[in-house]
Formats: sequence, structure tokens, C-alpha cells
Amino acid sequence: MSATDKTALTHPLTHSIAPDRAPLDFAGYQSVGGYTGLKKVLAGIAPTEVQAQVKEANLRGRGGAGFPTGVKWSFVPMGEDAPPLKYIVCNADEMEPGTFKDRLLMEAAPHQLVEGMIVSGYAIGASTGYIFLRGEYVLAARHLRAAIAEAREAGYIGNNIGGSGWDFDLHVHTGAGRYICGEETALLNSLEGRRANPRAKPPFPQVAGLWGRPTVVNNVETICNVPHIIAHGADWFRGLSQGKSEDGGTKLYGVSGKVKHPGVWELPIGSSGREILELAGGMKDGYQLKAWLPGGASTDFLLPEHLDVPMDYGSIGKAGSRLGTGLMTVLDDQASLLGTLVNLEIFFARESCGWCTPCRDGLPWTVKILQALESGEGEPGDIEMLESMTSDLWMGKTFCAHAPGAMEPLQSAIKFFRPEFEAGIRAAGRSDHGRGDSDVRAA
Amino acid sequence: MSTADTNVVKLADLPKPQDFRLSETEREDILHEISQYPEARAASIEALKIAQRRLGWVPDAAIAEVATLLGVSTAELDGVATFYNLIYRQPVGRHVITICDSVACYLTGYEATRDALIETLGIQPGQTTADGRFTLLPICCLGACDHGPVLMIGEDTHLDVTPDTVPAMLEAYE
Repeated sequence: MSATDKTALTHPLTHSIAPDRAPLDFAGYQSVGGYTGLKKVLAGIAPTEVQAQVKEANLRGRGGAGFPTGVKWSFVPMGEDAPPLKYIVCNADEMEPGTFKDRLLMEAAPHQLVEGMIVSGYAIGASTGYIFLRGEYVLAARHLRAAIAEAREAGYIGNNIGGSGWDFDLHVHTGAGRYICGEETALLNSLEGRRANPRAKPPFPQVAGLWGRPTVVNNVETICNVPHIIAHGADWFRGLSQGKSEDGGTKLYGVSGKVKHPGVWELPIGSSGREILELAGGMKDGYQLKAWLPGGASTDFLLPEHLDVPMDYGSIGKAGSRLGTGLMTVLDDQASLLGTLVNLEIFFARESCGWCTPCRDGLPWTVKILQALESGEGEPGDIEMLESMTSDLWMGKTFCAHAPGAMEPLQSAIKFFRPEFEAGIRAAGRSDHGRGDSDVRAA
Repeated sequence: MSTADTNVVKLADLPKPQDFRLSETEREDILHEISQYPEARAASIEALKIAQRRLGWVPDAAIAEVATLLGVSTAELDGVATFYNLIYRQPVGRHVITICDSVACYLTGYEATRDALIETLGIQPGQTTADGRFTLLPICCLGACDHGPVLMIGEDTHLDVTPDTVPAMLEAYE
């Protein structure tokens, strides 16, 4: 599909993005319909009505969990009795391995996120917005700060915006790197200047978040959708999925790994893995698809036979995985499955915040067993131990979803490729080291 | 002499606190950051980054001074500083190379690029070259998985890095 096929009505998130990714300035963004949603809101749509439209549009959070955005917003106290200070926070800490969509939106269309933040802030009656941006995204920080300055100059950030009587300020807050900062409550702790340990829920951030005030945390792609919903309506947004999904809108999908043309594309939500893989030109010559992660390191592997499953939250869930961030990572037939798992679990072990014992101690243990299996030095019982980890480090047994996320690729790999694990167990008497051999020597 | 004796570290032998004072400009920059938030400590990461600019890393004396400005204890600020990947509490080279070792770069062969860096620089990950030019560190996914292997040198992102392109890429950094 060429760039000229894209319109604001078919590709709301990317139609304004130039092939060289040079961002539009304020005037340029306005000339392609930018700030239409915000102007419409300021012309007299009540905050709760904005919330209702987003709920009606069936927008689900694009950060990975897929929680309905309008419903999330509806938990925020509204009206005259609501606290005077409320916050809207954009989770722009994109660090999920295999995920590279929010970088595109922030570097190439910064005004879209700025407009989304203002409209979303209005919807919950926020006084201030923070874009929590990972420190490594240097270009995104520069572009977002420039866009914020332009929007401020235009009177869209500041006091009495558009004569509405509503005051709103917006900041870019850059982090200093740790995957856990993407977890909603850890992000709030980090933003407050603390170690990024998750907080216990309840209370949920919508009631007591940043500095104890009602706070909504939404992903970049989620927030970028909001002004388009207001500009063109909830029905239009639901129709964008073209009947491929019950969910509304388009979705940024992409592929990485040994494919001919890795990249990211905006497609109707519910498009299939096969469609996405075709856009990437298929596997590189000489490589076959063995398995794929549908949406980042913390999702379960799927097989080639799952390629026709619609890539939406419900369908991928029924297939045994999670849509996550919707960016496929393909595992080719020549890559080492156990090597890939070692890589994944080292990442999760390194990035554990250390707050709870199952995660802090369990993940390095998982790495140790997988490394033994990878080098053919596994012990009988290792696979069963890994299986028990996938249960012992699961939801409800750890403080947040970090360790359960680490268990998703592992549990699915054991399910689909158990013989490869079994091949890593040392044959009895084959080695001079380790338990079991002493009996042989004693004899 | 017993083994136990050789393991004793004398207080006099411990490294001395570095002689470091924030400049007036650095202090003002930090106070400006603090003014952006309802609570001073929210500026901690930005303040640490300001303190890090001059030497490339944050010495103990800077932790103490920044902690006073933020109104938190030295231990608390050190807890923050040591938690995050991009704040360095030990000396680093003039250019920090952070190479993505996450799954997409693993599948596209980052290990060969890392090995080329190890060979060219003569250091292992976590180490600094003897001339103080480069420090090599691993980092989480850099969000450019369609162009793996990916690494950063300072604030510059380098895409599609291969062992062959490593020497020329390094030349630009004195």
C-alpha cells in the first residue's frame, strides 16, 4: 500500500506521517486536519460526553493489557466534588522487547500525541499531563517538546484554553531506563522520583495515583486515537476494523526477525498475522517460520497454524496468547529455541525490580535451568521444575505482572517444543560432573 | 599471616570521597527542574542527569549535594540512582555504547556485533577502554526492532549494525 492511499479516515494514526518520518509542525498538522478533535471539544462537548464517545468507540488500551479506555476513564471522580488536582499520564516508556510502534508515533507525529493528551486530559478534568518517556528516545523528546511549545503558543496549553475556563499544563518527563517503569503503578513511583517498584492495588490510580490524586495512565497509541474519535465519531471508529474484529479502530502492527522487510503498518484491528507477514515480504530466503510472539517478549508463542487468527485481544487470547503490543517477533527454524528463551528470561531476570521474592529469585533460577538445558547439561526434573515455575510465578503469586509475563513465552515453548527441552537433558553417565555421577564412580 | 587477615580492609585504604561541587549553573538547572513539579523529589532523575553531564557519571559528593536540594536522604537518592540504567555511579568512558541485547536483536544476530565491539575495543561488556574513550554496556530493547541489531553511542542511535560496520562507526567518536 502506498502512502498516497492513506487518508485521515482510513489511517488516522499514520496518514500524516511522511515516508522520511519528518514531523509536521503546528501549521502542517492543522492543514491535514490536526486539532479538529480538540477544537470540537472546546466548542462545547462536556468532559463526560468525551468519555462516553470514547467508550462508545470501543477503544481498547494499546499498551498491552487491552482494557477499555472509556471504562478506565469512567472510574475517575468527576463533577464539583472531585479533587481539584487530577493527572493524565502517557505511558511512553516503550521497552517491551520486540515493540517499536510508539517511537514512530512520537518521532514522526508529535502533535498528534500532544492533541491526544489535551483531549484526554479534558475528558477526565486533569490539571496537568505528563508524557513519561524513556530516556533513550532522544529524538522523540526533542520533537514532543517542540510540539508542546507550539501548542502552548497557540493557546491549547495553559490557562482558560479556548475560552473554556479549563487550565491544563503538559510536560515531557524523561526516565532513565528500567523496563518495570512501563508498569502503571511503578511508572507513577518513578515519576514521583522514587525507585520504580509497583504499588499495591487497590486503590487504583484512577482514584489515588500520582501524589495521591486521581490519575489515568494510557499508552501512546491509545491516546493518539482519542482526537480522531472525537473528530469523526464513535461509529466511524468502530467501523475502522472493517468487520475483522469486535474491537474498534486501526492498530499499529509490525514484524521483526528474519523477514524480508521488517516494519510497522497501520491496519484494521483484527488483521491476521499472515496479512502482516505478507506486508513484510514473508520470511527471508532460506528461513522457515517456526513460531511467533504476537506482541512482545511477554506473550505466549504461537505457531504457523495460528497465522490466520485475527490479531485482536479476544481472538489471540482464545488461541492461547495475548495480543500485547501487536508487534510480531518471528522465530525462524534456524534460531535456537532454548537460546531464544535464555535471551528472553535473562531480560526479565535483569529487569525485575526486586520488590517481591518469587520474581527476584525465581527468574534467575529459570535462566540457570534454561542455560543448563541449552548447553546439554540439564538434569532430569528440570522441565518439571520449569513447569512449576510457570505456575509459581503466575498472577496472584507475584506483586505485579512482570514475572507472569516472563512465564508466557516459557510455558508456550514447553507446550509446543517439549522435545527440544528433553534433548537438553544430559544423558546418564555422559559427563564427569554433577549429581548422579557419584553413584557411577562409587560403583 | 592468616587468610582472614589478608581480607581485612583498612578504613584508611578505602577510596576517598571525590572532590566534586555542583557549579552555579548546574545548581540553577536542578532548581529549575524542581520548580516543574509539586514535590521536589520528582525531579530526581533529571537532577541526576544534570549532575552527570560534566563527568559522565555521578560521584558520591554529587549524590549528597543533589539529595540536599531535593530534600531527600543521601541513601534514598542513591537508591534511585542505582536503580536506573542510564545513571552511572562509576566512571565511564567519554562515549557509552549501549547495545540492545533483547529478543529481536538476538534473532537478527546482535551477538556477532557485540563480539566485533569486544574485539575492536579490547574490552568486555561493563568495561571501559584504557584510553577512557568507550564504555560498553548492554541495554533493553531500543524500540527499533525492524532495524536490528541496534545500539546507541551517547545519544546517537545506530541501526542495522553489523560486525563489518563497527570500525567505521566508532571512528566518529574521539
